[in-house]
Amino acid sequence: MAQHQVNYTQDGGLPVALTTIDKVVNWGRSNSIWALTYGLACCGIEMMASGASRYDFDRYGTIFRASPRQSELMIVAGTLTKKHAEFIKRLYDQMPEPRWVISMGSCANTGGMFNTYATVQGVDRVIPVDLYLPGCAPRPETLQYGVMLLQKKIRASKAGKAQKPKRLM
Amino acid sequence: MRKYTPKKDVQAKSYYTDRFWVAPQVAKSPVESDATFSEDLAAIKEKFEVLDAYIQVDQMVVYINAKDNFDVIKLAKEDLAYTQMSELSAIDWLADKGQFEIFYQMLSMTKRKRIRIKCFIDEQEPILSVEKLFRSADWSEREMYDMYGVIVNGHPFMKRILMPDDWSGHPLRKTYPLIGDEAAAWYEVDKIFGKEARDVIGPEIRDTARIDRYDTERFSRLGHEVPHGAAIPEGEPKTPLAYQEDGGVFLIKKFHEDDSVIITDRDR
Repeated sequence: MAQHQVNYTQDGGLPVALTTIDKVVNWGRSNSIWALTYGLACCGIEMMASGASRYDFDRYGTIFRASPRQSELMIVAGTLTKKHAEFIKRLYDQMPEPRWVISMGSCANTGGMFNTYATVQGVDRVIPVDLYLPGCAPRPETLQYGVMLLQKKIRASKAGKAQKPKRLM
Repeated sequence: MRKYTPKKDVQAKSYYTDRFWVAPQVAKSPVESDATFSEDLAAIKEKFEVLDAYIQVDQMVVYINAKDNFDVIKLAKEDLAYTQMSELSAIDWLADKGQFEIFYQMLSMTKRKRIRIKCFIDEQEPILSVEKLFRSADWSEREMYDMYGVIVNGHPFMKRILMPDDWSGHPLRKTYPLIGDEAAAWYEVDKIFGKEARDVIGPEIRDTARIDRYDTERFSRLGHEVPHGAAIPEGEPKTPLAYQEDGGVFLIKKFHEDDSVIITDRDR
């Protein structure tokens, strides 16, 4: 058996990097968060601005997809009406695991100023939410920071474990 | 001796109500003051009973019987050249009179005049559709049914237009609470999860200013991040803002400000 003079654990040895499966998987997941285009109201304009060239979400690997089956992040940007509540649940159910939800703006968080009969008072009554962004509407920087926090959350979680649903019947 | 009534909360009332206050009305003038409107009203009076008529803000208002609504509007459209139906809806007078007031706002482009045809109906009394005369009445009458519960006869597709089909109640009635009734409060929960989920999800929180800093499932403070659902009875520990964890992840390096160079010479 040959005596190896190479320290595999050092950078100067072979092109080998040691890491854990969790870190590799989370590295991939956190840097390619594909988001569902879900602009429901004026927050949707800020969400579009975040995706456009000035704020450029592509840098984070966050690319907007028009299908829930291709996306793992749902940015609920705007007022959720009671009529629309069943559809947001249906779209959420179509997203593949693991999936995350950002509730963007006051209306999505709590119903906001729409203290009326027709508005859902917070999307967390229908789907589990990972991150709540305050603001009316939040600036694109807030959404950027929210996505960064979500990346942090993904990197801190166990890759193998499926995301535990907060409130699903 | 006069009976004592407690007056403890008199100062707490934010509004002063004058018992003798009368709501101001826009000035009305007789129809005879305008030649065009006089002719139009005479044409309507020839065939139908007119309960009241006046001019308000340069527009003629004509009150008719509810059973004549289709024929009067047909006359206005075909003989009097009021060829556009701008708006139609109902007004809730159920508390005062037990009736709805239906109005039809019409415009004549050739005469450059607007008239408003009005009639009263009882709560359960149906009214005839004018959709055959004006296509714009289609959605307006559906909205009138949706918001007030006015039943329109002869409409081709009498369904709710704004609220969901299985909604209960008519939201624009004065008796409908702004934040919704029992069915509205639980609508999305009942529909998606079923009635048995009401206990799990809980009632709606209508206080939008409510913040519970120790509830780590719903609230967090930037710079004080704690794991989701962590118990923080003694307050949350302070964590510095960091876009990247110490040690980093595979292939991603932490940005060090000391290693960066600020370029001051643009022509470098």
